[in-house]
Amino acid sequence: MALQSHCPTGPIEQRWEKHRFNLKLVNPANKRKYEVIVVGSGLAGGAAAASLGELGYKVQCFCYQDSPRRAHSIAAQGGINSAKNYQNDGDSVYRLFYDTVKGGDYRARESNVYRLAEVSLNIIDQCAAQGVPFAREYGGLLDNRSFGGAQVSRTFYARGQTGQQLLLGAYSALERQVAAGTVSMHTRHEMLELIVVDGRARGIITRDLSTGKLETHLADAVVLASGGYGNVFFLSTNAMGCNVTATWRAHKKGAFFANPCFTQIHPTCIPVKGDYQSKLTLMSESLRNDGRVWVPMSAADCDKKPGEIAEADRDYFLERRYPAFGNLVPRDVASRAAKVVCDEGRGVGPGGLGVYLDFRDSIARLGKPKIAERYGNLFDMYHHITDENPYEVPMRIYPAVHYTMGGLWVDYNLMSNVPGLFVLGEANFSDHGANRLGASALMQGLADGYFVIPYTLGDYLAQMTPTSTAKDVTKDHVEVKAAKKAVAERLKTLLEIKGKRTVDSFHRELGKLMWDNCGMARSETGLKGVLEKLPALREEFWKNVCIPGSGEAMNQELEKAGRVADFLELGELMCRDALDRNESCGGHFREESATPEGEAKRDDEQYCYVAAWEYGGEKKAPTLHKEPLEFEHVRLSQRSYK
Amino acid sequence: MKFKLNVWRQANEKSAGGFEKYDIDGITNDHSFLEMLDVLNEKLIVTGKEPVVFDHDCREGICGSCSLVVNGHVHGPQEAATTCQLHMRKFTDGEEITVEPWRAGAFPVIRDLAVDRSAFDRIIQAGGYVSVRTGAAPDANSILVGKDVADRAMDAAACIGCGACVAACPNASAMLFTAAKVRHLNLLPQGQPEKDKRTIRMVTQMDAEGFGACTNHLECEAACPKSISTDFIGELNRDLASAMLRARADRSFTGG
Repeated sequence: MALQSHCPTGPIEQRWEKHRFNLKLVNPANKRKYEVIVVGSGLAGGAAAASLGELGYKVQCFCYQDSPRRAHSIAAQGGINSAKNYQNDGDSVYRLFYDTVKGGDYRARESNVYRLAEVSLNIIDQCAAQGVPFAREYGGLLDNRSFGGAQVSRTFYARGQTGQQLLLGAYSALERQVAAGTVSMHTRHEMLELIVVDGRARGIITRDLSTGKLETHLADAVVLASGGYGNVFFLSTNAMGCNVTATWRAHKKGAFFANPCFTQIHPTCIPVKGDYQSKLTLMSESLRNDGRVWVPMSAADCDKKPGEIAEADRDYFLERRYPAFGNLVPRDVASRAAKVVCDEGRGVGPGGLGVYLDFRDSIARLGKPKIAERYGNLFDMYHHITDENPYEVPMRIYPAVHYTMGGLWVDYNLMSNVPGLFVLGEANFSDHGANRLGASALMQGLADGYFVIPYTLGDYLAQMTPTSTAKDVTKDHVEVKAAKKAVAERLKTLLEIKGKRTVDSFHRELGKLMWDNCGMARSETGLKGVLEKLPALREEFWKNVCIPGSGEAMNQELEKAGRVADFLELGELMCRDALDRNESCGGHFREESATPEGEAKRDDEQYCYVAAWEYGGEKKAPTLHKEPLEFEHVRLSQRSYK
Repeated sequence: MKFKLNVWRQANEKSAGGFEKYDIDGITNDHSFLEMLDVLNEKLIVTGKEPVVFDHDCREGICGSCSLVVNGHVHGPQEAATTCQLHMRKFTDGEEITVEPWRAGAFPVIRDLAVDRSAFDRIIQAGGYVSVRTGAAPDANSILVGKDVADRAMDAAACIGCGACVAACPNASAMLFTAAKVRHLNLLPQGQPEKDKRTIRMVTQMDAEGFGACTNHLECEAACPKSISTDFIGELNRDLASAMLRARADRSFTGG
């Protein structure tokens, strides 16, 4: 099956406009006859549900949290990019497009990325109009800062809580539609199966997490905005509940999973302390604007207090290796550089897995109040967690899993290869290639939700008779009943195992295997080894996991077990994808493919494509489909931040 | 470190519930409070007992999910922090620790330590938004907002909707939450056209949900993990009074 991206052609500046004109429209009076399911209520899902409801569609929105306002978009700290060029520093839509394609190491579609850069302008307008309290200058204009690898100031922010404020904007728009009756919100509900009838996505099976009740929800289209799968590593900066279940269920029902091995390891996280640790905390990348990253020159100095190490004995390794970008190199580059110095035995803190992020010089230059104004809440957060005061001693940081660029394959309309199944935000694969630039996740989530899906979904629906009229699919349909039965049986099986190990113990073991072999560096030997271990772990899980209680009440172990069961399968696909892609690009670093200086070496001859995997069935290998990537505007070149 | 835990267990909203005692060992200074509960739960699970249910998600103090009363302190003894930001180094070895859910009529217990806070969503539905259509916004810099006003709106908007203010209040009042939400928008130029309607409707909904009245105990501010100021309650009262006066002239304000 050849993948059709449906990207428009012609001058790149006109593609989205031309495409929008060619999209079919649904008559305003007919919109309420169409039902749309949105899974997830973060920036992508919340914005989509609100915008689709406002257009007049009948929307049902689902989230596993107790309120849509708690989706994990809320945790984004640093900011959101937009090519407004308010700073008059040379930014433009084209430059944001260029930076994003290059930053993603040439593994994203030009057409998608251009559209993203284009609608970034509308996003800031939309959010400001909603009352998002962005940082302002004294004259009342919006303030900007430069962020992670960009040489222009294009990042809009709201203290260190940009994600929360943007999400509250989308949430307020969503609740406005709930009040208007166009959106029904189902909180504490988890999607456990996709319903596909005659090849089209027609609904979902959910579990009410408060009561355990299984529910069938039918619709004319299903929109997944369920986030990323970083928790496959157990330890990540994701929230505890973030999971792959919605997209993995869809994958097993036919949706292709694209570039699953593309994961982002964020350079500035608080290092791991012990085996009991449940999650990792990100320190915003914005800290690298004023903090300097270093380790001791000599491994012998690692146990000394940082203040006792003389200036000449410090290795500011990012500034040394990348003089042009210094501490602001993109995330993948910064993470790998930290790994290199730690592998050399020069890491600091417990286990030697940490590097310093030092504000001494900035505090001397700008004064403590200025630093407190910029990063006060982050410094406090660090202080709470580590019991160390970063105004006095440098922070210790280490890379951690933060974001997944891979996700379900979608075309230019954000529709998967299963007709009627749309995928937005982090859950899809489309815009960030092999590495996401800082402050671009919020941008993509809102772009997809506010400014893409309201157009492209209409085009699909306009070609379908609404279920409410056709009545071709009801809750008694054989496929619908089969989907519900499969979910019930799976839950029953899980509950009846009554083994000896907890869900978390399996999750930790999976996470360690993935981090060691499919984390910051990947090798053929490591990946082949883990591909042999994972099936055994999965088998043990299904024989020996212990889930107390029943399915007819709130049961958090049962929820976790379902998610970990899916992670165990996803992990295998990630390793297979990583093994298959014998090149280094972005966050994917194959040890076999490096330059003599140790930088990532891309192989455009062989790997300039999107790897879209088709589920093969139980114990069968997945099939790889390749969507070739063409670069007409941004010339393929080796990234250099030197 | 070792601790003696008294944990509130309740099978569902209708059942009575009560405290269960557990001994826990092997905890370090660096365990977060929730990680300590994870350890307890792992222990319960392998002995075939049902683990303690509690809400949590981001574990970095921003999602507002976690909601525990620890030794009578809402979100525990640490100031300006959520339960998930609390570490065991704040406790002494051997201490007895009592863990309870948020206690408020408008927040019914779902199970053990997890409560239903959907009342907050309904307060937002009543008017916690600016009515702006997707795609219809003017250029962002065409709306000027002075830095002082933007900063103050941000102070209010920092609310994470956890419900600590309600849990801490002897009246289980939601005034600090509602005030923060109302004032965030009422302060900004974008929020002006709907200011009076928003204020009246959100306060009306707050009352309808069964939250108590504010009698100025100020426990809410003390418990708030984001240190939202009770000044916003005063400002809400002022907004409400002037809105009610204007509403006499126009009944449509109250929603008809």
